[in-house]
Amino acid sequence: MNKPSLVMGAVAYAPKVVTIWEGFKAAFAKQGLAFDYMLYSNYEAQVEAQFDGTIHLAWNSPLAWVRAERIARSRGLTVEAVAMRNTDCDLRSLIVVRADSPLKSAADLRGKTLGVGAIDSPQATLIPLHHLRQAGLVGGRDFTVRRFDVLCGKHGDHIGGERDAAVALLAGEVDACCMIDGNHLAFGLDGTLPAGSTRALETTEPYDHCNFTVSPGAPAAEVARFTQMLLAMRWDDPEMRPLMYLEGVRQWKPGRVSGYPQLETAVDEAAFYGPDGRILDADYRY
Amino acid sequence: MPTIDIEDLGLDEGALFLIRRALADLQTGETLTVRGRAPNWERHLDSWRRHEGHAMATRATPDGVTEVVLTRGPWAEDRWRGALATGQSQLEPGDLPAAEADAAWGLAARGATVEAGSPPIGFSLSTRDEIWAATAGELYRQAAAGQWDPQTAIDWDAPFDLPPVIEAAVAQVMTYLVENENAALIVPARHLGQVHPHYREVQQALALQCADEARHIEVFTRRLGLRGHAPMLSTAGGQASLHSLLRAPDFSTAAFLLSVLGEGSFINLLNFLHEHAPDPVTRQICRLAARDEARHVAFGMAHLEHRLAAQPGYLIRLQSAIEQRHEELTPTAGLNEEVFDALVLLAAGELTPPAVARGHLAVQRLKADMAAGRKARLLRLGFLSDEAQRLSDLHTRNFM
Ligand SMILES: [Fe+2]
Ligand SMILES: [Fe+2]
Repeated sequence: MNKPSLVMGAVAYAPKVVTIWEGFKAAFAKQGLAFDYMLYSNYEAQVEAQFDGTIHLAWNSPLAWVRAERIARSRGLTVEAVAMRNTDCDLRSLIVVRADSPLKSAADLRGKTLGVGAIDSPQATLIPLHHLRQAGLVGGRDFTVRRFDVLCGKHGDHIGGERDAAVALLAGEVDACCMIDGNHLAFGLDGTLPAGSTRALETTEPYDHCNFTVSPGAPAAEVARFTQMLLAMRWDDPEMRPLMYLEGVRQWKPGRVSGYPQLETAVDEAAFYGPDGRILDADYRY
Repeated sequence: MPTIDIEDLGLDEGALFLIRRALADLQTGETLTVRGRAPNWERHLDSWRRHEGHAMATRATPDGVTEVVLTRGPWAEDRWRGALATGQSQLEPGDLPAAEADAAWGLAARGATVEAGSPPIGFSLSTRDEIWAATAGELYRQAAAGQWDPQTAIDWDAPFDLPPVIEAAVAQVMTYLVENENAALIVPARHLGQVHPHYREVQQALALQCADEARHIEVFTRRLGLRGHAPMLSTAGGQASLHSLLRAPDFSTAAFLLSVLGEGSFINLLNFLHEHAPDPVTRQICRLAARDEARHVAFGMAHLEHRLAAQPGYLIRLQSAIEQRHEELTPTAGLNEEVFDALVLLAAGELTPPAVARGHLAVQRLKADMAAGRKARLLRLGFLSDEAQRLSDLHTRNFM
């Protein structure tokens, strides 16, 4: 490939990211799209690269989408979510307690300690804290927040923070902890949380996860080709299936932005980003 | 609409298994109702079905139980589209495995359905006629039944006491036998890892052939040192002869040179030692080893009979293999004098002229038996009488 006509950013939260995008790059090239990708160690640098002409689109976390959208709006620009995974729609997070815990509802968390994930994790930190605020409980005021920061800047893509919090819950170091619903099942199946040892105290409202965010001024025809090829990708194609499996997708879907308002509010409540996408949280290291 | 009740079983306690099985009976778009009452089971089911691509709706029944209706998504069966059939697991007499084994079948059990996109695994022996033997399965079963334990099958404590000169002759013969067994182990072992697992019976027969040779190395080594004797001499000529077996260009040629000619002659030698050995331990181990070798020869013969039936022109390749090996080995001395003398001494029993004459005659008879056996096997493979005689005579003087 000489000069790619479409460059995408992805965050290298695990080594498999290289396998996935090398595979997709080859598949796109076969279909005539000169696609290339750039890896970032964190979503903040990736989102910023969407506004300096480095990348035409980004495989963004929901939080990265929120920031990209804010930066764009503050500059009179627009970003667009063109595609996402079938598995990105309608997720929920759980606030989990030990099975024998006396806690019966959110209100019982008053004065207790809640284990959350990384500072920038939508599913294990921002959205659960927002959920409790809806119930009148503010972290740091009504209950203690104990953060399990793993790989900050990766917006909670790494499962480690949620796992550490779950282990701390079993050890009695925290009274409750937060995780995405699928991880509660996964921790039960892999033995991190022995079956029946914990129960969900609270369940958040549904929200959406990642999307492909188009940078302002990206070449429309190439983005359309990219989107079309993604949506046409099939799980019954034995060459693509291993890559789709690694990416955790059975079918790519057209992007939607209806699943992010909860996170928008959570970001404001936590004063994580400003309205223009500036990073406000002084504790955030990435 | 099918309904299953997982009762109070959690999805992380096995309920997922019940749900998956119930869904497997449905076509894409059909629905399954699931009832349950374990804590968080609907949340777990929601996250699981989202990942698997099944649609889900929740409803409360009049009796206060939550019901979930799952609609089967298309992806589970999509995965098996284009899957590969890999032949027939059990072969009846007269059945053949596939003519070519596909690299994409990989390590799957023969007869399994292999998911498309499984990694191809390259086995250099993946063509039936290059390795197959009709009796491979039967020979494997015989070999499995015929395995013996060196510790218990041999009476290592049997009393005997040999004059030092005789014990030294035994040690020299054992030294020679071990070096031959090393070649007999390494040649099939090198092929074993290259055989496509589709040809299971060949793989199994070769594996036990290797096990047999490992055992022979064990018992000959143990007899060698049984009375404290150190290993003796290994000659350049002997090793050159064995080395040429390691360099055979393909499986069939290796089977021909090693098994049909070499191990065939080796049986004559083991029978000779069974008859003339001066002690009961040597006699026992040679008898048991000869029994194993007979299977190796039978496998080599069965393979070549298959190959020549499929490819009659291959006979000329076998002929040139013998000739070429003979050319290569001409500058070497063949069987070393030390081994030859040791065999004469074992058959003689003592160093007197009449005894040595007997021993010498016995070794001449051994060589004649070996040549006759080789010729008979060459005739069976389809060589004409004169040619079989000539080729038998070109065989290495090292016996193997
Ligand atoms: Fe042997
Ligand atoms: Fe053998």
